[in-house]
Amino acid sequence: MAWFRKDKPPLKAPPEKRVQTEGLWVKCESCKQIVWKGDLEGNLQCCPKCGYHFKMTAPERLAMLFDGGHYTEHDAGLASSDPLGFHDTKAYRDRLKQAQNQTGMKDALATGEGRIEDRPAIVCAMEFRFIGGSMGAVVGEKITRAIDRAIAGKLPLIVVSCSGGARMMEGAISLMQMAKISAGLARLDEAGQPFISVLTDPTTGGVTASYAMLGDLNIAEPGALIGFAGPRVIEQTIRQKLPEGFQRAEFLLEHGMLDAIVPRKELKGYLARTLGLLSRS
Amino acid sequence: MARPAPQPDPAVDIEKQIATLEAGSPSEADREEIERLRGQLEILRRTPGAKPSGDAWEQVLIARHPNRPYTLDFIHALFTDFTELHGDRRFADDPALIGGLARFEGRPVAVVGHQKGRDTEQRVKRNFGMPNPEGYRKALRLMKLAEKFRLPVVCLVDTPGAYPGKGAEERGQAEAIAYNLKEIPKIRTPIVVVVHGEGGSGGALAIAIGDRVLMLENAIYSVIAPESCSSILWRDWNHKQEAARALKLTARDLHGFGLVDTIVPEPAGGAHTDPPGAAANLKAAISAALGALTPLSMDNLISLRHERLRKLATFVIE
Ligand SMILES: [Zn+2]
Repeated sequence: MAWFRKDKPPLKAPPEKRVQTEGLWVKCESCKQIVWKGDLEGNLQCCPKCGYHFKMTAPERLAMLFDGGHYTEHDAGLASSDPLGFHDTKAYRDRLKQAQNQTGMKDALATGEGRIEDRPAIVCAMEFRFIGGSMGAVVGEKITRAIDRAIAGKLPLIVVSCSGGARMMEGAISLMQMAKISAGLARLDEAGQPFISVLTDPTTGGVTASYAMLGDLNIAEPGALIGFAGPRVIEQTIRQKLPEGFQRAEFLLEHGMLDAIVPRKELKGYLARTLGLLSRS
Repeated sequence: MARPAPQPDPAVDIEKQIATLEAGSPSEADREEIERLRGQLEILRRTPGAKPSGDAWEQVLIARHPNRPYTLDFIHALFTDFTELHGDRRFADDPALIGGLARFEGRPVAVVGHQKGRDTEQRVKRNFGMPNPEGYRKALRLMKLAEKFRLPVVCLVDTPGAYPGKGAEERGQAEAIAYNLKEIPKIRTPIVVVVHGEGGSGGALAIAIGDRVLMLENAIYSVIAPESCSSILWRDWNHKQEAARALKLTARDLHGFGLVDTIVPEPAGGAHTDPPGAAANLKAAISAALGALTPLSMDNLISLRHERLRKLATFVIE
């Protein structure tokens, strides 16, 4: 649950990290330069000055990957039943409503079916704006249904992760999604269909410790934070500062956890090429 | 039931540990450990014989009771011929996640489980029951060994969570857990899971996939420790009781959600009041579970396992 910082007001990004929206301009987190939003949108949400990868929304991600931006969305109506009736300083129901209003989505993941350079595929994209992209029963069920569809339709599956991990407000039910999805991926193995995991900034906790690390190929966007525990928790546990670049995509590649780091501009071409190489004739 | 060398008063050792942590400008992680230790003191000081209230926070305290039987205590009480096997064949042996071969009611089985330490020295040796990636890789190795010889597997779950350390990240903590979650469903031999103490998030789940999941009456199973949940959502340590209730982490809750098949009753007051009694109840429950699984053909077993995992925790509105 790295999307919360306890030393700051909850559910708001820390001020220095928030994208500064002064109308049509944003400040790049990396090079600190002021960028015109239109330039960002025309550049797949990458900084035109330094190449820094801003977060993409789930619909933007699906539109970017599918030919002509066209896809059929599946299971868009699935919503959380608030199985715990969870309540902290605020009711989980209200948090859900707020996130739904903000994103226009029912939960933190969208599934699309379409073509990638003419190759049929299913893509699940996580939505970070929805309670930090956290995984509860809806994310778990949607990915598992996507796996079922991939098996039934002999289609490859791609999941683009962007998540702080399991969703606290669904307790052990969130945790069990890790088991449910991973067991589904075991069935996908047997069906012989490819699964490509794309890890984007950030991918941590129970998402990393389940499907995000289980790709036939694990690929990441440059600079993405990827880990099991969040860096702050590790620093407190070991009582040391972590070195620069710890848990970044480049670090994971070096430690053998990734097949490749692929810049966003090359992602679609990379997926099309590797799916071609992995397809059974 | 086999126990480590008897200690005159566990409270003294716990007080010493709290004092040591507090003396060294405690970090957030230390604060959490101090909170856990204070909980152990709280439950130790409770009047002996007092009836448990059934409140979630009390369940947390009992699940972490310093005198509660740990995995090795159960292994010695439930099995004969226990032969510990070490190492993941990749990097190291992890003392926080142990395993080996043994006999259950005369029949050879494999057993794996998290191991906590009782005194300060053992706690450090066992890394407070928090495994590194090597522990999870060893557990899977032993399950594959069991598969080869058609031995049923018993998994004993009791951990605060997987270790959030630097080396653990470098060596792929997330990958180790994830790989187990995908590979255990394929293991062609019956697997019985027992959550007997703390089921701490992904670090517990990585050895908690099976054909039957049993949970001791006072055990807990959660996506996050109530202390951390309080600290994140309420932004202080004072709401741990509320967090414990909100998280629905008791055996009754988990059974109600269909995530656990059987609640194993504990002696009145909790397993620590009568470890042999707790072990006897658990033995009967494991025996019943294995008895139901053994007659199934391997294909049937695997397809039932997948069916159960497919339906697991589906709480959505269409
Ligand atoms: Zn920039």
